[in-house]
Amino acid sequence: MSKRETVSQLSEGEKGRESASAFSRSPLFASQELPKSAEGDPVFAEPWQATVFAMTVRLYEQGVFSWSEWAAALSAELFKPGRRADASDYYDCWVAALSRLVTELSIASARELDALTRSWQRAAEATSHGKPIVIENDPLR
Amino acid sequence: MSEHHHGHGHDHHDHDNHFTDMEARVKALETVLTEKGLIDPAAIDAIVETYETKVGPRNGARVVAKAWGDPQFAEWLKRDATAAIASLGFTGRQGEHMRAVFNTPDTHNLIVCTLCSCYPWAVLGLPPVWYKAPPYRSRAVIDPRGVLAEFGLELSAEKKIRVWDSTAELRYLVVPERPEGTEGFSEEQLAELVTRDSMIGTGLALSPEAAR
Repeated sequence: MSKRETVSQLSEGEKGRESASAFSRSPLFASQELPKSAEGDPVFAEPWQATVFAMTVRLYEQGVFSWSEWAAALSAELFKPGRRADASDYYDCWVAALSRLVTELSIASARELDALTRSWQRAAEATSHGKPIVIENDPLR
Repeated sequence: MSEHHHGHGHDHHDHDNHFTDMEARVKALETVLTEKGLIDPAAIDAIVETYETKVGPRNGARVVAKAWGDPQFAEWLKRDATAAIASLGFTGRQGEHMRAVFNTPDTHNLIVCTLCSCYPWAVLGLPPVWYKAPPYRSRAVIDPRGVLAEFGLELSAEKKIRVWDSTAELRYLVVPERPEGTEGFSEEQLAELVTRDSMIGTGLALSPEAAR
């Protein structure tokens, strides 16, 4: 896998800040149907949507997948039957597309992802108020 | 622990914390990708932070602006924030039980706790990354004046600081003091002055000059 120039040019200390600015001109902005503000910035209805968007940007920057691989995966999810008419499930599709790529690229199996998802849910339920939710809180882990 | 003081027929209040399917799935992806060294959660946080104002509706600014301009609404907000906020059409999974605490010339309010899932992002927008850090919560309780000073908010020694710790069932919104020089401002103009930090209590509302 080739590291993209924008990433390899950065010193360690600058990574966070620089990736933030790289984010603002990421090609991922051209993703199909991406909800945007009047100024052209992506907008997110819930925090997890921003997280999954940022993760996708990061993976793309690092050359984990190509633009066309991403576009194809997202498109496949967006055109699945049963989408909500108001498109409020856009980021659900995004998560499905990223999950699909993660399994296709053998980063993790679908089973592994499903198990981790349930693990996080149990961890959240088992975490009392005021404590950070960490996966170690899953009683079955 | 939180008080489970009334049954409003909500689904998720048997436990303090709950992840939706999507929240849990995104955490699962983050875990896998971090373990494989493909992402660094700190870098993800940094990216998300640049878009913090683009997450969630941040309806709180409009609530505050309305309270500044409409004494009757302010009174209602003080008495029953949940209903007053809902009257503006802002309801949501995270925003349903709210209490508004008003800053006055004598008292400054500060909210702590976003460690779990009780932060009312539907009202306030995305919490800042530092706000989720465990040390912030404990230090804010012990030494609120010191913590606020670190955020560049120096309060006079006479000003009382009240610290509010959200529970799973009751979330807080700080109503900052209306800035001077805003007579005759429309609600939209006022809302521009209401920052996320001012609604948490780590900042004040912007002056009209600062907002320009």
